[in-house]
Amino acid sequence: MSTTLDPSSSPSKFATERPVLEFGSAWEYAPSPESTDHVRIDKRYGLFINGQFVAPKSKKWFETVNPATEETLAEVAEAGEADVDAAVLAAETAYRKVWSKMKPAERGKYIYRIARLLQERAREFAILETLDGGKPIKESRDVDVPLAAAHFFYYAGWADKLEYAFPGKSAAPIGVCGQIIPWNFPLLMAAWKIAPALACGNTVVLKPAETTPLTAMHLAKILQEADLPPGVVNIVPGAGETGAHIVNHPRVRKIAFTGSTDVGKLIQRATAASGKRLTLELGGKAANIVFEDAALDQAVEGIINGIYFNQGHVCCAGSRLLVEESVADTLLQKLAHRIETLRVGNPLDKNTDVGAINSKQQLDKIRELVACGVEEGAELHQSACPLPKKGYFFPPTWFTGVAQSHRIAREEIFGPVLAVMTFRTPDEALEKANNLAYGLSAGVWTDKGAKIFALTRRLRAGVVWANTFNKFDPTSPFGGYKESGFGREGGAHGLEAYLEMVG
Amino acid sequence: MNLPVRKTYKLYLGGEFVRSESGRYDPLADAKGAFFANVSRGSRKDIRDAVRKAREAQPGWASKTAYLRGQILYRMAEMLESRQEDFIALLRATKKTTPAAARAEVRASIDRLVHYAGWADKYQALLSTVNPVAAPYFNFSAPEPTGVVGLVAPETPELLGLVSHLAPAIVSGNTVVALLSQAHPIPGLELGEILATSDLPAGVVNLVSGHKDELVPQLARHMDVNALALAGLPAELEIAALQDAAVNVKRSRRYAVADYTAAEAQGLDWIRPTLEIKTTWHPIGW
Repeated sequence: MSTTLDPSSSPSKFATERPVLEFGSAWEYAPSPESTDHVRIDKRYGLFINGQFVAPKSKKWFETVNPATEETLAEVAEAGEADVDAAVLAAETAYRKVWSKMKPAERGKYIYRIARLLQERAREFAILETLDGGKPIKESRDVDVPLAAAHFFYYAGWADKLEYAFPGKSAAPIGVCGQIIPWNFPLLMAAWKIAPALACGNTVVLKPAETTPLTAMHLAKILQEADLPPGVVNIVPGAGETGAHIVNHPRVRKIAFTGSTDVGKLIQRATAASGKRLTLELGGKAANIVFEDAALDQAVEGIINGIYFNQGHVCCAGSRLLVEESVADTLLQKLAHRIETLRVGNPLDKNTDVGAINSKQQLDKIRELVACGVEEGAELHQSACPLPKKGYFFPPTWFTGVAQSHRIAREEIFGPVLAVMTFRTPDEALEKANNLAYGLSAGVWTDKGAKIFALTRRLRAGVVWANTFNKFDPTSPFGGYKESGFGREGGAHGLEAYLEMVG
Repeated sequence: MNLPVRKTYKLYLGGEFVRSESGRYDPLADAKGAFFANVSRGSRKDIRDAVRKAREAQPGWASKTAYLRGQILYRMAEMLESRQEDFIALLRATKKTTPAAARAEVRASIDRLVHYAGWADKYQALLSTVNPVAAPYFNFSAPEPTGVVGLVAPETPELLGLVSHLAPAIVSGNTVVALLSQAHPIPGLELGEILATSDLPAGVVNLVSGHKDELVPQLARHMDVNALALAGLPAELEIAALQDAAVNVKRSRRYAVADYTAAEAQGLDWIRPTLEIKTTWHPIGW
């Protein structure tokens, strides 16, 4: 790494032009780590097939690592073709014999049980998520796990009300659903996928990401505690190859994928001739547009939350800041100061704002793109915060002097890196915001109501936050336009992906 | 002696009737096998031009009020009604059919346009939700057009099939590049004259006649087409198109409609595939 990228360099020039905010620097910082005492991590996790943890026929195991310490947490079974086959068979049998025949209200009650068990064991899951994925405990505790439980609770209630969702139609389940989820919100994405699938009467083969399988494996234990009939949910960890086995399995009737646009395109191509149903939730490069009449301090909080939430490992992250030229200097000074206050470090510390980068591989990708930003001529700014010696960390980073054509303005970095650009008119802001193949989310900051709706209507994105950012709720449909994918998750619209309409 | 004036059948691109830029044509025989007309054989460049016109027209068309879009679709029905005898004659002249079948197809096409004219300001209410999020935010989800739709119209019924796929795509503010029936393109090209006189803005619908094996891949691979509707394509061409559609994550759907006059051949489910659902959040407070 070149010295210009050294995180210990001095704070951005924007930060030094004004007195720095006092955030308790007079006192020595006292860490406040969450205790991990009551979390038991197994040495090994088998595949979860037909209600049991079983050894993989592939005979392969992989290690899952704590990205904050680089220590191995556990060994996890890797599902090969025969394992995926067994999981699909279990799911199909459970679908035919049990789940599709069960009274919808009873189906719902199982899902309610899952929600409740998850609430009961919430703290344990939050700690596990933070250990395995590197996200700050305050996020796993206050966002990931409560939202996951809420998602189960929400869709549980739909199970016996599906006929109200699609008047004039009779909605039938599809069958075995293959679901492939990413590493950025491991438990939450599992909930987003499993809850609506089960509520609609389908059974599931789920593949968690290879760097973050632990909460999914513990969710399997909750499914056992809930007495969910064997085979209704099967969990088969692994990497891309395992995913391909699921995608190509002839008895899987529906694929739901959350991940990169590149892989999404491969899956769309692979399933094209199969008649399989498909929903894709892919990459993004959201524009966060700040007008001069916005409440700037609130906008700063929104920008911070937009890009540094979950280390920027968020498909809908506000990774492009478009700020109206007239307030650019003021806003960027405020932003620079605020960024200096972000605490980067031990994800288990309750005061940590930015945790560990999920994996070495992802850290390398972020470094590469940041180096590219410098090479292409953008001006780099990084927080002067100290980084832990061990583990995968990257300081909150932002670029000014960014052109639309720069890679850092066009490619999904999936890290704590913000590209700042300016505009003079709403039309220019819209043109810049929409001028990408992605269309997952966007943000608008202004105090004028009419302007909000003029903007939100013309932004080509599936989720638009006005005067807020990165908010999620099980009742609120989420999904992309253009190359950010198709289909919605959450809300009544989220049911469509898991039902076959008849008549 | 009074020599009939023959019509030159051209593509309909960006509101203009133009020959294929390639200069190519296909001679078309009438129902009895005699020469009927030289029809423009659209090229890949024509498809690209059509997509460009459709893209340019899309934001403007989508920003028209739903009421106006409904009236324009209704106007299309009015125009077709007043020229129905021409269309019946064309259907009869260009393929073997009975007078009753030709009349039925045109009548059904008119009714289909009226049906979708009524949808223009109604599907939104049925597909929108206000979402009770567990925090102080006003949150709602509503449909928007997906953008440019590539339509491969069925070989037959060449008029009703085209209208049945066209109307549900444009009613929500999408624009369309339609590849017409290869064997029977004339009624589809004639429909351009209805579109041109119905206050439908130029470029909202673009009609291309030509060879499907040449043009479908171009449409399916085009990076500025958002959705594909593939009707009655041979399996090989259809699968290739669905695979090609992945190049920019097109929303694609194949249709195998046995009876375009059936009740199932119209309705909300035909509008839905070319819609996107947008969710908007705003804080509540002061």
